[in-house]
Amino acid sequence: MAINRKTKSRVEVAFIYLFFIIMFILIGYPLIWTVMMSINPGTNMLVTQLIPESPTLEHYKWLFTSPNSDYLIWYRNSLGVAIANSLGSVVITSLIAYAFSRYKFIGRKYGLYMFLLLQMFPALMGMVALYILLTTIGLADSLIGLTIIYLGGQIPFNAWLVKGYFDTIPRELDEAAKIDGAGHLRIFTTIMLPLAKPILAVVALFNFMAPFMDFLLPRIVLTSPEKYTLALGLYNFINDQFSTNFTRFSAGAILIAVPIALVFLLLQRYLIGGLTAGATKG
Amino acid sequence: MASQKKFDLSQRRNRATLLSIIPGLGQLYNKRFLKGILLMVVTISFLITTWNYIDIGIWGLFTLGTIPREHHSIQLLIQGFISLIILAFGIAIYVYNLRDARKDAIAIEKGKPNPTLLQGVRDFYNNGFPYFMILPGLGMLLFIVVLPLLFMVALAFTNYNQYNAPPRKLLDWVGFDNFVNLINIDIWQDTFLNVFTWTIVWTVVATTLQIVLGLFLALLVNDKRIKFKRTIRTVLILPWAVPAFVSILIFSALFNPTFGAINRDILSQFNLIIPWLSDPFWAKIALIMIQTWLGFPFVFALFTGVLQSVPSDMYEAADVDGGTRAQKFRFITLPHILFATAPLLIMQYAQNFNNFNIIYLFNEGLPAVRGQNAGGTDILISWVYKLTFETNNYNMAAAITIIMGVIVMGFAFYQFRKTASFKEEGRY
Repeated sequence: MAINRKTKSRVEVAFIYLFFIIMFILIGYPLIWTVMMSINPGTNMLVTQLIPESPTLEHYKWLFTSPNSDYLIWYRNSLGVAIANSLGSVVITSLIAYAFSRYKFIGRKYGLYMFLLLQMFPALMGMVALYILLTTIGLADSLIGLTIIYLGGQIPFNAWLVKGYFDTIPRELDEAAKIDGAGHLRIFTTIMLPLAKPILAVVALFNFMAPFMDFLLPRIVLTSPEKYTLALGLYNFINDQFSTNFTRFSAGAILIAVPIALVFLLLQRYLIGGLTAGATKG
Repeated sequence: MASQKKFDLSQRRNRATLLSIIPGLGQLYNKRFLKGILLMVVTISFLITTWNYIDIGIWGLFTLGTIPREHHSIQLLIQGFISLIILAFGIAIYVYNLRDARKDAIAIEKGKPNPTLLQGVRDFYNNGFPYFMILPGLGMLLFIVVLPLLFMVALAFTNYNQYNAPPRKLLDWVGFDNFVNLINIDIWQDTFLNVFTWTIVWTVVATTLQIVLGLFLALLVNDKRIKFKRTIRTVLILPWAVPAFVSILIFSALFNPTFGAINRDILSQFNLIIPWLSDPFWAKIALIMIQTWLGFPFVFALFTGVLQSVPSDMYEAADVDGGTRAQKFRFITLPHILFATAPLLIMQYAQNFNNFNIIYLFNEGLPAVRGQNAGGTDILISWVYKLTFETNNYNMAAAITIIMGVIVMGFAFYQFRKTASFKEEGRY
C-alpha cells in the first residue's frame, strides 16, 4: 500500500514535469525562433533555417550603421518620450493618490469610481477626438503631443495603484508629523514619498516601458518617419514588405525585448503585489 | 414651517447667501473684504475671458454651425464640450462662493470673531489642499480621456462620414438614426451580428482558456514535490515579459502560410498545410491560441501569489477529516483564490473584449468576408478602428463604440460591487 502510493506520487510528479517541459517548448520555441531568424543571413524568409549554417550579425550591424536605418533616431525618440512620461506620471499620480488616500473632499468617492470606470475604456475609443484636439493645438505629429496623451491616459490606473499603496502606510505617521508642525506638502515629501518608493518605482518603470511597447497611439499621432518611436518603426519595417524584412525586424525586436523582459522579470513581483493590494485590500 | 424658516431674511446667514448671488457681495457683507474683492475679481475676469468662447461653444453644441465652410462643425462640437467643462468649473467656484458666505455668516451669528488675514489664508490653504493636489491630474484626465469619450458619444448622433464632412458641409444631429441603420440596413446588420458574436466568443473562450491554464500551472508549481520552483516560474512568466507587439508580430510570421515555421517546419512533417491567415476559422483558432500564450502568465503570477496566502491549517484540517484532493481544491483553494482575484479576472475579460493589438497586429482583422464591411477576425474595437481611419465612417464607428461602452459598463458595474477597497471607504 505504502509503496503503491509512493510510485503513484512519483508518476504524478513525472507527469507534472513533463507538462512543464511541454510548456517550456511552447514558450521557448517562438522566442528562440526569432533569435535564430535574426542571425540568418540575407532577408529572404523562404531560405531561412532554424539553425543557420553561417550565423551572422549583419542585421544588428545594419540597424546601427546603415544610412538607411532610422533605428537610432527611433531609439532616441522612444527614450525621450519614455523619460518624460516616467517622471511626469510619478509626479501627477502621486499627487492625486495622496489627496485620495489622505483627504476627505467633495467628489472623492465619485473620483474613485471614475478612475475604475475609465480604466476599462481603451484610449482608442476617443482616438478621433484626440487627433482633432492635437491638430487644433498644433501638437499632431509631435512627440510632445504623444507624451501628453500618455500622461493623461495613465492616470486612472496608476492613481488607483498608488492610492492603494498609500492606504497601507499607517496614518499614525503623518498624524505624528502633523502634531510636530509639518505642513501638508512636508508630510507628503518627507513621509509619504520615501515610504512609497517601491510603488513609485514601479509606476516610473512601467511608464518608462510603455512608449517602447505601444504602437497604436504613435501610429495615430505620428506621421513623419523621423518622429517614429521604436514600436511603430519596427511595425512599419515588416508591414511594408513583410517577407523581406523579417530578419531585420527580429534583430530590432530582440534589442527592445531583451532589456524590457529583464527589467520586467526583476520587478513583476511588485506589480502583482500592487495589483492585488489595490483590488482586494480589506 | 421649516421652509419658511429657511428663507427668513432677518437671519444673517440667509442675507449673506442671497447677497453672494453676485459673487463677493456676501463676503463683503460679512466684512471679509479681501476675500470678497478677490471673488469679484475672479468672477469678472472669468466672465470676460470665457464669455465669448462659452457662448459660441454652447451655441455650436446645439446647432453644429449654420454656414457651411465658415463654421466647422467638428471644431464647434469640441469647443462646445470644452465650454461645458469650463462652465462646470465656473459653477463649482460659484457654489463655493455661496456656501462660503453662508458659513462665514453662521460663524458671525455664533459670535466668533472674524479670522485674521493670515489665518484666513491658512484656512483656505488647508481646506483647498486636496483640490490643488488633484487639479493638474484632473485637468489632464478631463481633456485627454473624458473629453474624447464625450466627443465620441456625440458623434454617434451626427451624420459625420466620408461624404458629409466639414469644412465642406455642416453636420446635423440625427438622433438615433445611426443605431437604427445598424439594425435595419442589411450590410450593417450582417456585419454587426457577425462581428458581435465573434467578439463575445473571442472574449469568453480566449480569456477563460488563459485563466484555466494559468490556474492549472499555478497549482502544479505550488505542489510541494516540485523542485526548481523559481526557475519554472521565471520561464512561465516570460511571455508576459516580452512586449506584446513583438510577440504578436512574431506569431504572425510563424503562422504565415508561405514562410511561417508552423506550416513549413512542423505541420509539413504530417503533410498538413493549414491556411492560418486566409481562412477565417483557422485564423480565429490561431488568435485564441496566441492570446492564451500571451495571457496566461499574468493569471499564473496572480494565482501563485494568492495561493501562498491560503492558510495551511485549513488543508491540515481537511486531511484529518479525510478530504480528497478534489474536495480540498473545490472547497478550500478555489473559493479562496477566486475571492481574492475576482475583480482582476473580470478585468481580463474586459481587456480581451477590447484587445485591439492582437487582432490588428496578427492579421489586421483579415481575411475579408463577402457581404460585410469587416474582416473575418475583426472584433468590435478593430472594426471601429477600420471604420474610423480607413473608411471614415465616423458616425457608425461612434455608434458601435457606444454599444461597446455599454457592455464595458456592465463589466465595470460588477467590478464596483466586488472591489473590496470600496467596502471600507466609509472609514474616512
